[in-house]
Amino acid sequence: MTGAPQNLAREIGPDILQFEDVSLHFDDVAALDHVSFELRAGETLVIVGAAASGKTMLLKSAAGLEHPQSGRILLFGQDILKMGERQLIQLRSRVGILFQEGGLFDSLTIEENVAYPLLNSGITDSGVGHNATSSNGDSNHQPISIAEAEARVLKALRFVELEKTLDQFPNELSGGMRRRVGIARAVVTEPALVLYDSPTAGLDPITANTIMRLIIQERDLRNTATIIVTHRYQDGHMMATFRYNPSSGAVEPSAKVEPSAKAEPSANAKSSPASSGDQSQITTRFLVMREGQLIFEGTEDQLKASRDPYVQKFAKAGSS
Amino acid sequence: MFDFLKGPVETFQEFLFLSARAFRNVFRSPHYASDILIQMDVIGVGSLFIVSLIGVFTGIVMALQMARALSTYGASGQIGQIVSITLVRELGPVLTAILVAGRNASGMASELGSMKVTEQIDAMRALGTDPLQKLVTPRLIATAIVLPLLTIIADALGMVGGYFIAATMLNITRSQYWTNAWQILEYNDLLQGLLKPFLFAIVIALVGCFYGLRTSGGTQGVGRATTKAVVVASVWIFVITSMLDPLFVNLK
Ligand SMILES: Nc1ncnc2c1ncn2[C@@H]1O[C@H](COP(=O)(O)OP(=O)(O)OP(=O)(O)O)[C@@H](O)[C@H]1O
Ligand SMILES: [Mg+2]
Repeated sequence: MTGAPQNLAREIGPDILQFEDVSLHFDDVAALDHVSFELRAGETLVIVGAAASGKTMLLKSAAGLEHPQSGRILLFGQDILKMGERQLIQLRSRVGILFQEGGLFDSLTIEENVAYPLLNSGITDSGVGHNATSSNGDSNHQPISIAEAEARVLKALRFVELEKTLDQFPNELSGGMRRRVGIARAVVTEPALVLYDSPTAGLDPITANTIMRLIIQERDLRNTATIIVTHRYQDGHMMATFRYNPSSGAVEPSAKVEPSAKAEPSANAKSSPASSGDQSQITTRFLVMREGQLIFEGTEDQLKASRDPYVQKFAKAGSS
Repeated sequence: MFDFLKGPVETFQEFLFLSARAFRNVFRSPHYASDILIQMDVIGVGSLFIVSLIGVFTGIVMALQMARALSTYGASGQIGQIVSITLVRELGPVLTAILVAGRNASGMASELGSMKVTEQIDAMRALGTDPLQKLVTPRLIATAIVLPLLTIIADALGMVGGYFIAATMLNITRSQYWTNAWQILEYNDLLQGLLKPFLFAIVIALVGCFYGLRTSGGTQGVGRATTKAVVVASVWIFVITSMLDPLFVNLK
C-alpha cells in the first residue's frame, strides 16, 4: 500500500488449496466443523488454536490423509474427496508434510528417510495413468536416477545442516535434529505446498528459532505456499514479519530486508494497521481454530485487534 | 435398541474391509519381497525354538495322560494313534497358532501401532506408499507360509515326545509306535491339519495388523492394541477350529 517497489513482494498466484464447508467427524466429536478457507500460491497461513481444536486434522485433510464426511477440498484445483487412494498418491507428491509426531521411519537411516519421497514418487505402478490434468506441470512424476536422488538428498540435508548424519538412524538424533530431518524430507521434492504441523513444539526457544528460520528460508527461496500449525505466537509473528534475505543469507525482520520499509524505532504490537501496509502482512494470514471451527481469519494486526478473549490468547507473546 | 452392537459390527466391517484390501494386494504389484522374507524370519525362525519345545512337551504330556486310560482297556499299544491323531488334527495347529498369536500378533500390533502413533503410517501414505501393501500384505503372506511349516514341526516333535514316553515307560517298540502313529492318519486328517494353520495364519496376521493400524492414543494405545490383538486372535483361533471340526468329522 505504500506503493514503493518491493523486490521481495510475494507473488500471489492461483489457488493451491480450497476448503469449502468441510466437516470431519469422529463418532460424536467434530474435528472439523464447516471449515472454509483458501490458500493461494505465495501465501502463508498460520493456524493456531487450543489442543484438540482440529489443527492436525485440517492439515491431514488437506493432504488427503483424512476423509471429511462433507464439504469440498480442492488441492491444486482437484477435488480430492472424490479421488481414490491411488490417484491421491500422485497429487500428494506435490505436497510436503512435517508431521507433529515426526513420522520419520525408524527402520531407515536419515539418508533413506530423506530419499524416500524421491525414490517413491515415480514407482507407483498404476497411478501415472490417472493423472487427470496436466496443467500444473511439474517433474515429480519421472523416476529420478539414484545419483540425482543422492545429490538432492545431500542438498536437502545441507539445507538443514545435517549432512553429517546420513548413516544414522532417527532415534540416534536429538529432538531438534529429528525435526530438521523431517523438514528436509518434506521439502526434498521441492513441493508447491508445504504443511508444517507444530514444528517448534517441545523444543527449547533457541532450537525453535532455528527451525522457524529454516521454514522461512524455505518459503522465501522458492516462494512456497506454506501452512504452519503452531501453539506459539512468536512463530506466527516470525512467519508474518521475517524474511529470508538472499544477499546476507540470513532470516531477518522484513523491515530490514525491504528497502521501502521505514526504520521504525520499535516495530511492535502498537503500530496501527495503516502504518503496516507492507506486503508480508497481507500474504501471511492467521486462522484461529476452536473445537473444530474456524473462528478467526485475518492478518496479524487484525488478530491483535480482536476482542474475542479466545483469539486474544494467540495474539500475545509468551502464550504457549 | 441394538445400539450396543453398533461398535462391534462396525469394527468387524472395518476388519473385513482391511482384509479384502490386503488380499487384493497379494495379486497386485509392487511386491515387497524383502519384507516378506524379513517377516518369515521374524515369525518362523523366531518362533522355532518355542514351538519345538511346546510340541515335545505336548506329546509327552499327552502320552502320559492317555497311557493310564488306555491301559484300563489294555490298549496301551495304541498310544501312537492317539498321540498322532490328536496332534495332527487339533493340538498341533491350535497350540502353534496360539503361540504365534502371542508372539507375533502382538508384535505386529505393537510395531504397526507405534508406527501409527508416531505418524509413520501417515508419512508412508503421504510419500506414496500404500501401508497395506508395504506392511500388511507381507505379514499376511509370511505368516500363511510359515505357520503351516511350524505346525508340521510341532506335530512331528510331539510324536517324538510321545514316543519317548511310549518307549521308556510303556515298553512299546519303536516300530509299533510309529506304524500305529502313521497308519491312523488319513488324507482327511492331513488336510485338516494343514488347512487349519493356514486359516489361523490369516487370522493372526490380519488381526495383529488391524489392531495395530487402528491404534490411537499414544503409547498407551499401543499397549491396548497389543493386548486386544492377542485376545481377539486367540479367540478366533478357537472359534475357527470348533467350526471346522464338525465339517471334517462329517466328511468321514
Ligand atoms: N483417530 C481419531 N479418532 C477419534 N478422534 C480423533 C482422531 N483423531 C483426532 N480426533 C479428535 O479430533 C479432534 C481434533 O484433533 P487434532 O489432532 O486435529 O487436534 P490438534 O488441534 O492438532 O491438537 P494438538 O494441538 O494437541 O495437536 C480432537 O478432539 C481429537 O480427539
Ligand atoms: Mg495436532
